[in-house]
Amino acid sequence: MAGQQRVYKARIRSTQSLKKIFRAMELIAASRIGKARDRVAAAAPYSSAITRAISAVATHSDVEHALTSERQDTNRVAMLVITADRGMAGAYSANAIREAERLRERLAKEGKEVVQFAAGRRAVSYYSFRKRELAGKWMGDSDSPSHKVAGEIAETLLNAFLAKAEDGGVAELHVVYTHFKSMVSQEPRVIRMLPLEIVEGVADATDDVEPLYDFEPGAEEVLDALLPRYIESRIYSCLLQAAASELANRQSAMNTAVSNAEDIVRNYTRLANSARQAEITQEISEIVSGADALANAS
Amino acid sequence: MALNVDIVAPDRVLWEGEASFISAPSVEGSIGLLPGHEPILSVLGAGTVMVRQLGGEERKVEISGGFISFDHDTVTIVTEPVQAA
Repeated sequence: MAGQQRVYKARIRSTQSLKKIFRAMELIAASRIGKARDRVAAAAPYSSAITRAISAVATHSDVEHALTSERQDTNRVAMLVITADRGMAGAYSANAIREAERLRERLAKEGKEVVQFAAGRRAVSYYSFRKRELAGKWMGDSDSPSHKVAGEIAETLLNAFLAKAEDGGVAELHVVYTHFKSMVSQEPRVIRMLPLEIVEGVADATDDVEPLYDFEPGAEEVLDALLPRYIESRIYSCLLQAAASELANRQSAMNTAVSNAEDIVRNYTRLANSARQAEITQEISEIVSGADALANAS
Repeated sequence: MALNVDIVAPDRVLWEGEASFISAPSVEGSIGLLPGHEPILSVLGAGTVMVRQLGGEERKVEISGGFISFDHDTVTIVTEPVQAA
């Protein structure tokens, strides 16, 4: 009987120490999420400046660029999945991967062959466990991505898009990431990054005179310099969004874990109490019946 | 007339404010912009962007490349991450 009590006590202690860990992770996620959102906001002026410039080029010139034209020579398409490096974020990574699998099926139905890229250890281990080949992987800083990593990813993917069909070139690039809508709502999203669709006329068309743009050295060279930067900034912003989503998910998952731990502790405390009570009751009845037997015997 | 200047790097805004003159290292040589210039979009090389603020004070920012766009006295310089001088 005393053994039962000891088991309950041990469970209560271990759950309490787990609870401390969950609480700590929740607080860490909460403190980082503000920073992550600031970074999302800080990256916005850059990407909007590039978007404006590209739409100015598109509006005022009619150059064709390799990054904006559809490729017909290959049926391979690239897909990049962005997930977390660590778990403890609820279904965050699982949701992104599920979205990626859905996209994969859709692309396969269209007769396309998917070349898989993965950012974040969870996605990498998911694919390597299933023995799927990864064309590129990035791990290590999913909750605070640096611009340098975004640059590397962009360069790899751009090279894949610009490569010849026989060298493993791809015709499209899809990115699966988790969009940060608010602290309580994040959703996995798919965007087709390449080939680019340029939206014309974001620059104000209300002017009576169309401003004549001067391109230096030339419209084509300007696009050459702009478009890779644009891709890079899009990927960077996906990474930042994903990081903020990861932290928000982790915070709420850890919050749930803390309250679950509290529930368990409460349950086991009740069980331990009733075990103790049962033991006392039994001891009393043993003493009483013993005394009774002695009294009857005399 | 003054120029509205934004100098942005991928992860932050390096400088924003009003200026009377700005010079930037284009790939074809340095270009200088005064208010009322025609719209221009130019690729920048490595060098120094010089901004003369309204008070005459000069401010220099080292860049390693990027581009500048000028439209209706609004100047946007998009650059790679560098240290503000």
